[in-house]
Amino acid sequence: MSMETSTRRSDQETLLSVDSLDVKFEVADGNIHALRDVSLAVEKGETVGLAGESGSGKSTLALAIVQYLDANGWVDDGSITFEGEDLLSASKRELRSIRGNRIAHVAQNPSSSLNPSMTIGAQIRETIDLHQDIESDEEGTRRVHDVLEQVNLPNPAGIADRYPHELSGGQQQRALLAIGLSCNPDLLILDEPTTGLDVTTQAKFLDLVEDLKAEYDAGILLITHNLGVISEIADRVNILYAGEMLEKGPVEEVFTSPANPYTQALLATTPEIAKDKEVKPIPGRIPELDAIPNGCIFADRCEFATEECRTDDIEMASVDGERDHESRCLHWRDVVDNPIDVPAKQASDRTPGEPILSINHLQKYYDEGGFIKNLIGDHDPVKAVNDVSFDIHEGEAVGLVGESGCGKSTLGRTLLKLHTVTSGSIEYDGTDIDSLSKQELNEFRSSCQIIFQDPEASLNPNRTVRQILERPLKLFTDRAADERRTRAEELLNQVNLGSDVVDKKPHELSGGQQQRVAIARAFAADPSLIVLDEPVSSLDVSVQASILNLLEDLCEEYGTSYLLISHDLSVIEAICDRVAVMYLGEIIETGSTDQIFDPPYHPYTRALLSSIPTLDPYEEKSRIRLDGDVPDARNPPSGCSFNTRCPQKIGEVCETDDPDLEDGGGGHCIGCHLSEEEMSESLDATFDQG
Amino acid sequence: MNYLYLVKRTAIALLSIFIVVSVVFGVTTLLPGSAANIVLGTEATDAAIEQVNEDLGLDRPLPVQYVDFVGGVVTGDFGNSLISGQPVMEMVWPRLLRTLQLAAVAMLISVVAAIPLGIVAAAKRDTMVDHLVTSGSYVGLSIPSFVSATLLLLFLTTPPLDLFPKGGFVPLSDGVVPWLHHLLLPAIAMNTIILAYVLRQTRSSMVETLESDYIRTARLKGVAERNVLFKHGLRNGLLPTVTVLALNFGWMMGSVVIIEQIFAFPGIGELIVQAIDNRDLPVIQAGILVPTIAFIMANFAADIVYTLLDPRISLGDE
Repeated sequence: MSMETSTRRSDQETLLSVDSLDVKFEVADGNIHALRDVSLAVEKGETVGLAGESGSGKSTLALAIVQYLDANGWVDDGSITFEGEDLLSASKRELRSIRGNRIAHVAQNPSSSLNPSMTIGAQIRETIDLHQDIESDEEGTRRVHDVLEQVNLPNPAGIADRYPHELSGGQQQRALLAIGLSCNPDLLILDEPTTGLDVTTQAKFLDLVEDLKAEYDAGILLITHNLGVISEIADRVNILYAGEMLEKGPVEEVFTSPANPYTQALLATTPEIAKDKEVKPIPGRIPELDAIPNGCIFADRCEFATEECRTDDIEMASVDGERDHESRCLHWRDVVDNPIDVPAKQASDRTPGEPILSINHLQKYYDEGGFIKNLIGDHDPVKAVNDVSFDIHEGEAVGLVGESGCGKSTLGRTLLKLHTVTSGSIEYDGTDIDSLSKQELNEFRSSCQIIFQDPEASLNPNRTVRQILERPLKLFTDRAADERRTRAEELLNQVNLGSDVVDKKPHELSGGQQQRVAIARAFAADPSLIVLDEPVSSLDVSVQASILNLLEDLCEEYGTSYLLISHDLSVIEAICDRVAVMYLGEIIETGSTDQIFDPPYHPYTRALLSSIPTLDPYEEKSRIRLDGDVPDARNPPSGCSFNTRCPQKIGEVCETDDPDLEDGGGGHCIGCHLSEEEMSESLDATFDQG
Repeated sequence: MNYLYLVKRTAIALLSIFIVVSVVFGVTTLLPGSAANIVLGTEATDAAIEQVNEDLGLDRPLPVQYVDFVGGVVTGDFGNSLISGQPVMEMVWPRLLRTLQLAAVAMLISVVAAIPLGIVAAAKRDTMVDHLVTSGSYVGLSIPSFVSATLLLLFLTTPPLDLFPKGGFVPLSDGVVPWLHHLLLPAIAMNTIILAYVLRQTRSSMVETLESDYIRTARLKGVAERNVLFKHGLRNGLLPTVTVLALNFGWMMGSVVIIEQIFAFPGIGELIVQAIDNRDLPVIQAGILVPTIAFIMANFAADIVYTLLDPRISLGDE
C-alpha cells in the first residue's frame, strides 16, 4: 500500500467500475431506494475498502456487482462494468462463468456460508471443476491442497477431508477464502471477512490478504464497518452512508484529513488503544430509505449542517484532484479546517473501595465424564477455568480479556453462580456463595447482575419493555406497583430511551435500544456488581460508542462494580480501571489499565495489543502473530500454558515450570519466566521480518 | 465417536423394547377376567379351571411368569391362542407381513409423491405451482383417514367407477398387478394425512435450506441452479423429512386398525380387534408387541441413516 499507489495506478487498467448505480427494492408499502448514484472503481492489484454503518448498503452493492440481488430488488439505473464487460446485460450462463471464476465473493459469517454436509475439499473442488480444465483427479486434489496451503491452513490434506463444523472460526474463514481463491479470480470481494473473529485471528487473516494481494495481482473489494481493518490493508477507501457515497480517496488522505463530517464521525466513534481519546457516538440513527429527503442524507446527524444542506443537490466535489480525493459535502473546506472535536479521555475519579467479590483458586471443569467414561479410559475434562484468583473492589471496573475459548465467559458466569464451582471458592461480601441460604442467594442474585452479548436473545420476546423492567423490581424490591412504574420510567430515562418505548416489545427495538433495555434491567435492582459479557460486540460501531459511554456514566452514578468481558482491548480500555488477561483458563497478567497497556508486557498481552488495527495508516507497528489456535482445554500444555505459541519462549523451563503471577510493583502482576527487561524491550528488530 | 454413538443408540433401542415388553405384560395381566374362563366358558368347574391355569402356567408367582414372558418375547414364542389353540406367532406373523406390505406401499407413495412435490413447491416458491401444492396439502391434512377411506370406497369401488376391489388381500405371488390393485386404496386412505404432512415438512425445510448462506455461496461459485438444488439443497433439506417419515410409521400402525376394518384387510389390525373382542390374551400381547418392536427398530434405522447423511451427528454424543 502507501505512497507508490497513485503513481502505479495510472498505468493500471480498471478492473471493475460501478457508475452512478441506483438500486431499488420493492417492499409492501412502496419502494426502497437502497443505493443512489453510487460510483466505485477497483483497479488491478489494488485493495479498495468500502466502509459505513450497517444499513448503509455495503453488502447490497457487493451483491449488485455479482448480480445477486434478492428477487424484490433491481438495478434501476447506472452501469457495472467488469473487465470491459457490461455485467448488467450478462446472460445467466455468462454470469455463471464469471461467478466463482473471475469474481469471487467471500461472504461474511463463514460458519453458515459453508455447506455443512460437504467436506471442505469437496467444496473447493467443485469450484475448480466448474471453471477449470482439470486433466486428472490427482491434479484436482493437488489444486485443492495448493489453495488450502495458500491460505495458511496447516495440514491441507487433513483439512480437505474435514467438514466445516470440525474447524475453528478462523479456519472456516480461511476455507471460505480458499474457495474464493481456487480459480485465481481477478476480483475478490470480501464482505465483512473478519467480523466475529478474535483480534489475533483477524490480524492473521489481514496479513494473509496482504500476502495474497502481492502474489495474485487481483483487485480486492473489502467491505467492513471496521475502519481499523481498512486502514491496515486498503489502498483506497469509499465511505458509504444510507445508500450514498459520501467520501472516497486514498486511505492515507481520507484517514488523516477526512473531508466529510460522516467520515470524521465514524473515526471518532471507533475506540483506539493508547490514543487518550473518548469515543464519540454519532447522534441519531441511519434514516429509513423509503422517502429520501432533499439535500444531504447525513444532514440530520451532522454538526456542520446548514439550511442549504437540506435543499440543494450535492455532488461529489474534488478535495485533492491529483489524488482522487472526493467528498460529497457543501462545507468540505470548513470540515477539513475545523474537524469535529474528539474529547480527550477523562481520568475516572472512581476510587475503588473494599473488595466485594473475592475469587480464590477457582476451577471450573466441563464434561468431567460419567462413571463409565472414566472407567473405560483416560477421560480429560475441559478445564475452562483453572486456578484463578482475583478480587473485584467496590466501584471499580475490571476488564477480562482473552481470545475465544480462553474461559472468560465461563469465569463470568461461574462467579454469579450460574454454573457450579468445581473447586475453589467465591466470596461475596465475605461469605462463600456456596453456603448461602435460599434467602441470601436471592439477595446475592439481586445485587449481582449480568448483561449478555446478544440483547435480543436475552430479553423475553413476549414481554413489553415495562414488564421487563418491572420484573426485577418485583422480584428483588418491595416497591408498590406505582413506585415500580415510576422507577421503570426513570431507568429508561437514565439509559437515554424515551418513554415511547415503554409499551413496545423487544423485536420492535433496534439492537442498540435492546441493549439499553438490557442495561436498564440490570440496574433496576441497584446491583453492586454487573458482569458484562461482550456487551457491545454485536452492535454497530456508532451504537457501540454510545453504549460504552452510557456504561461509563452509570458506573460512576451508581458506584457499581463491573466485570467487563471482551476480546477487544480497545473496548476494555474505554471503561476499565483494572484488567486481567486470561489464557487457557488461567490469568496470566493483571494490573491497572495503564500498566497493562505499557511495558513490561506478558508476551501474550503484547501479541493481543499488536493485533489491534489502528486508524493511522502511516503507523508502522511491530507485528507479533501467534501461531495456530488456542490449544485444547482438555489437554493444556505442560508448564506455562502459553509456551506452545509464545514468540519469546526461553526454552525448557517454559515447558516444565508453570510461572506464578509475580507482582512487579504497583500491583502489576505477570506470570512469565522472562525478566522484566525482556518483557519491556522492543521486539521490532526480531519480529518485523517475521 | 461414531462407534460410541452406535452403542449408545442401540442401548436406548433395547431399553425401550424392554420397557414396552414390561408394560404390555403388566397391563394384560391386570385385565379383568381370567384366561381359564375365556377358554372354558363361564360354566366351568373349579377343577377344570385349575387344570387350565396349570397348563397355561398361570398358577406360578408373577415374577416367574414375567421372566417366562420375556424369554418368550426373546425367542419369538408367545404361546398359543386361547381360542383356536394355534401358536400365536403363526397367527401374528403372516398378518404382520401383510400389514407391512400395506404400510410399505403407503410409505412409498409418501416418498415418491410428497417429497418431489415438496421440493418443487420450495424451488418454485410463491408461484402458482407452489400455491396449488400447498393448498392441496391443507385439504389432505384435514381429512381423517376413516373419512377418506369411506369416500374412496364409495366412489371408486361402486359403479359407475368400479375401478378397485372393495377389500381383501391377494399375495404378491399371484402377480404384482392384482396385489397392488388390492393394496392401493387402503394405502392411499391411510396415507392422505401423512402425505400432506411430509409434503409440508419437505417444502418448509427446503425453503429454509434454499435461503441459507451456503446456497448463496454455491450460486456465487457459479454452480448451475439444478446442481444448487440437488447437490447443495437436497441433502441438507431432506434431513428432517427422514425423521418425520420414521415417526409417521408409528402413526400409520395406529391408523391401520381402522383402515383394515373398513377394507376388510386381513392384517394385524384386524387380528388385534378380534383378539380384544375374544380376550385372547397371548394374541393381544403379540399383536401389540411385535409392531411396537418393529417401530422402535424403524426409528433406530432412521437415526442411523441420519448419521450417515449428516456428518455433524456422528459427533453428537457429547
